[in-house]
Amino acid sequence: MQQNNSSLPVSPVKRFLSRWGVTTVVVLLVVGIIGWQYAKNAHITEAVLSSTLRQSIPLVLGALCGLLGERAAVINIGIEGQMLMAAFIGFLVNVWTGNLFLAVMAGILTGAFLGFLLAFMSVSLKMDQIIGGTVINILALGLTGYFYQVGLTTQGKLQPIPLGPLTKIPLIGPVLFDNPPITYAALVLVILTHYVLFYTKWGLRTRAVGEHPRAADTLGINVYMVRYVNVIVGGAIAGLAGAFLSLEAVGSFERAMTNGRGFVALAVMIFGKWTPLGSLGAALLFGLATAIQTQLQFGGINIPHQFIGMLPYLLTIIVLAGFVGRSRPPAADGIPYEKE
Amino acid sequence: MSNSKESSSSTSRLDWLKSLWNAVSVPTVAVLLALLIGAIILRISGASPIKAYLSLYQGSFGSMKAFARTLEKATPLVFSGLAVAFAFKAGLFNIGAQGQLLLGALVSATIGFSVHGLPPVAHATLALAGGALAGALYGAIPGALKAYTGAHEVITTIMLNYVAINLTDYLADGPLKDTSPGNIVARTPKILDSAKIPSVGGIPMGFVIAVIFAIVIWWVLWKTTLGFEIRTVGLNPHAARYAGMKVAYTVILTMLLSGLLAGVGGAVETQGVVGRYQPGFNVGLGFDGITIALLGKTHPLGVIPAALLVGAMKAGASQMQFNAHVAKEITDVIQALMLFFVAADMIVRWLIRARAETVEEKVKLSGWGQQ
Repeated sequence: MQQNNSSLPVSPVKRFLSRWGVTTVVVLLVVGIIGWQYAKNAHITEAVLSSTLRQSIPLVLGALCGLLGERAAVINIGIEGQMLMAAFIGFLVNVWTGNLFLAVMAGILTGAFLGFLLAFMSVSLKMDQIIGGTVINILALGLTGYFYQVGLTTQGKLQPIPLGPLTKIPLIGPVLFDNPPITYAALVLVILTHYVLFYTKWGLRTRAVGEHPRAADTLGINVYMVRYVNVIVGGAIAGLAGAFLSLEAVGSFERAMTNGRGFVALAVMIFGKWTPLGSLGAALLFGLATAIQTQLQFGGINIPHQFIGMLPYLLTIIVLAGFVGRSRPPAADGIPYEKE
Repeated sequence: MSNSKESSSSTSRLDWLKSLWNAVSVPTVAVLLALLIGAIILRISGASPIKAYLSLYQGSFGSMKAFARTLEKATPLVFSGLAVAFAFKAGLFNIGAQGQLLLGALVSATIGFSVHGLPPVAHATLALAGGALAGALYGAIPGALKAYTGAHEVITTIMLNYVAINLTDYLADGPLKDTSPGNIVARTPKILDSAKIPSVGGIPMGFVIAVIFAIVIWWVLWKTTLGFEIRTVGLNPHAARYAGMKVAYTVILTMLLSGLLAGVGGAVETQGVVGRYQPGFNVGLGFDGITIALLGKTHPLGVIPAALLVGAMKAGASQMQFNAHVAKEITDVIQALMLFFVAADMIVRWLIRARAETVEEKVKLSGWGQQ
């Protein structure tokens, strides 16, 4: 193969296979398994797939937040805290006003504000980014714990919006086209982020700042501004993930309800090679691990629930150990930029 | 401050005082700023900050009994602070002190209730060693993952925390469950008296052990070859590798020792205070360790006053809740603010016009995939 590549033109089929071969095999395998299961028991398959999608939404949103920052070379360990705080503020606004739209907006703003805080710490103060993110995590845990009062009741949660005739498609319809708004928004955001990152001027600038900030600076790109905007927008997306948890998935707030999802999201981002579409795939895999976990618990299989509960976390470790060396982070990731 | 006399007699002492002031000034101002903002939050939420802080003080230093409680609360904090500070010296961020501590606690409790017929000191030492070993092995896992695959320790340690919570929950509710009649909750049986770490003259011996460990860690870091290698890897892994140091080995050993410290913390807490293992104890100690390590400037001896301060807040929190009707979690908020101001030392330095740190003290944590 190595000899042919340089001299002879490679046939399109070969090129396609070498680039997309693994992906194609995996997709075909997944589709096959789903089809087989669907033929066996339509109802359970539908339930597992819906649950997979639900579980993967906060992860993919968290991963989008992480990769927006890291494409501009800011590591965001504080996604967990941004989600938790946003979930809490969104919940409170829902309790006070009963307006779900306002509540979601409040969650997004909270995330954006914490994104601003992280950008301030890591870009302007040039603080260690890992510590900056940890500050956000601990602060969110403390503030939500202090202000949370047991017994607050919400005024409902976001309801599914069926997309007309599309829901009639077997399997795909009920799973994809009968969801609450944040789920749709998340899927749109994945595509949008992909477009912005790889097909717009802003995306090019972001990636330049993440790979070689000095060169970007020389070309007149405002490195600090690009980093601020990306981290703030990322924070807003993490805020949406928080709103998803308290306003769409659960409909209520519990202490430390994010349960490590912010960190799992980082593993999802790495597994997805810092790309939005890859992150979606990785998030679905993690979502499936959690969905099967629930299914196993109800299925009466005799494994102690604590062991099933470890699954997503063990999966994260395995993914990190297996892939972090092979997928390459942006070159300047985690390094504060000093103007000359 | 009051060093005008010394300044004329000996310049070296003046230098020493200066460097002490340099080390202490930022954390002190950070604590004061955190308390100030905490007071504002208390005021906003309708409580009286003065009353809250006064009852916090009474509950932690107001009486001999309160002081003993402060020491008791500070003990595991010294260990988790040491665990974080020690790893930090090698440029590693151990957020897994929580999980390492849980396993240390569970193993020490198991040895404490299941081994019979040993004399008191030997039994307590054995249980302590078991806890240390469990923590060390659990800490070595993220170290090895980091050294061989580049998986970042911040994420692997947090994931391992969740695994440890599930694992200890299972053991305390299954194979190791207290089967005495009337018990329905998940917990192990009580440890034997011979495994307990007592208080002597009102001072919990666990705290004394913690101070001894802090001194030993200081000695290891600054007086041994291993310590030199650890600090070199933290400051510049490339230079360390170029100088012929085995970076991967140092990373694993550092995480192993860091886990050992956390494991001993869990064991001391079990044998000195709780008396058995029960799930949900000391949630958040791992995160407390981060605050304490940074508050103590990641110096093993600086960890002690930092742990005493945070321990005092924990000891006084119930009194504050009772007297001033303030939720305990405000102490978490104040802790996070302390961490912020210590970490964002640029703000504090600008406020008190202090000079920047010398290069020697600045350790950079690594990003993804770097080793």
